[in-house]
Amino acid sequence: MLLPYIQAIEASRLHDVISTSTWAFAVIESIHLLALAAIGGAVLVVDLRMLGFGLRSQPIPDLARNAYPWFVGSLIVMLATGIPLFISEPTKCYYSYPFAVKMISLVLAMIFAFTIRRKISTAEETRISPVVYKLVALVSLALWFGVGAGGRWIGFSG
Amino acid sequence: MISTFTEWLASTSGSIALHESLYMYPLVESVHVLTLCVFVGMAAILDLRLLGLTLKRVPVSEVAGRLLPWMVAGFTVMLISGVLLFYAIPIRSWHNVFFRFKLILLVLAGLNAWVFHANIWMTVKSWDLEPRAPRAARVAGMASLLLWAMIIVSGRMIAYNWFDCDQPHSHAIDVLGGCDAYPKH
Repeated sequence: MLLPYIQAIEASRLHDVISTSTWAFAVIESIHLLALAAIGGAVLVVDLRMLGFGLRSQPIPDLARNAYPWFVGSLIVMLATGIPLFISEPTKCYYSYPFAVKMISLVLAMIFAFTIRRKISTAEETRISPVVYKLVALVSLALWFGVGAGGRWIGFSG
Repeated sequence: MISTFTEWLASTSGSIALHESLYMYPLVESVHVLTLCVFVGMAAILDLRLLGLTLKRVPVSEVAGRLLPWMVAGFTVMLISGVLLFYAIPIRSWHNVFFRFKLILLVLAGLNAWVFHANIWMTVKSWDLEPRAPRAARVAGMASLLLWAMIIVSGRMIAYNWFDCDQPHSHAIDVLGGCDAYPKH
């Protein structure tokens, strides 16, 4: 179903530029990794707090609001570098099981982050039970772990 | 001398097993990369707090104190997995210029953390609540961010063989990679 699109990307000029360059993939990949550290910090600091670890004396909504711009910023960098990485090897990604895991986890993680997790983490603390916080944090961590682990494994499967 | 050690290390059965394993090596590599989020992610939050870019109303000592156990845990995992990755591919890693550059950067990052803790950190009580830390602490925070960013990039670049001793390379790489001691077989 998606194969014609994959072939179109494979035939595109941008694909040629990135995949024939010696440095392009490495440089884009490096920026992708730098943003991984940033998004990891922004996600972890809030999820750990909801689990009762890390900055325990800080109100969760304060922490969530502080981390939000860093989360969104690094997510934008992740997507802006991830898309050209995909464009450089679309056929490999199309047939890659880890890539599929990563994309499904990514879509779920983003939906979860901007809906339930955002709502719960910024709500008044007295209105949310500790169990709900823990559940939200665990789901968030599991989904982002799927994105990260799937992403790393794309490179091993080629 | 180090080349003798790396050649010996490469000949050990554990090194060969890890290098040739189907799942163990990728697993160790994945752990090494994903722990970035724990270690560098947490360190970056402290650095950004020093620079006055996040958590401005939280005391610096609280950010540092609460996140330090996670940074230590993350660093320990990174160190162990990193040593294992070197153990699996010792000769090529040792003669790789990016690997050598990364080692130097790691020493610099360690020195930066040490200088920070031995000096400006001693007076933290007097600037704990400032939204922006004093200049010396901001310099340390900025240096930490830059060094760790360069460490991540050079770590990623180790994977490429552009400047390897067994590839056609310039005289500069010959010197930087210590290619004279690279085993010829």
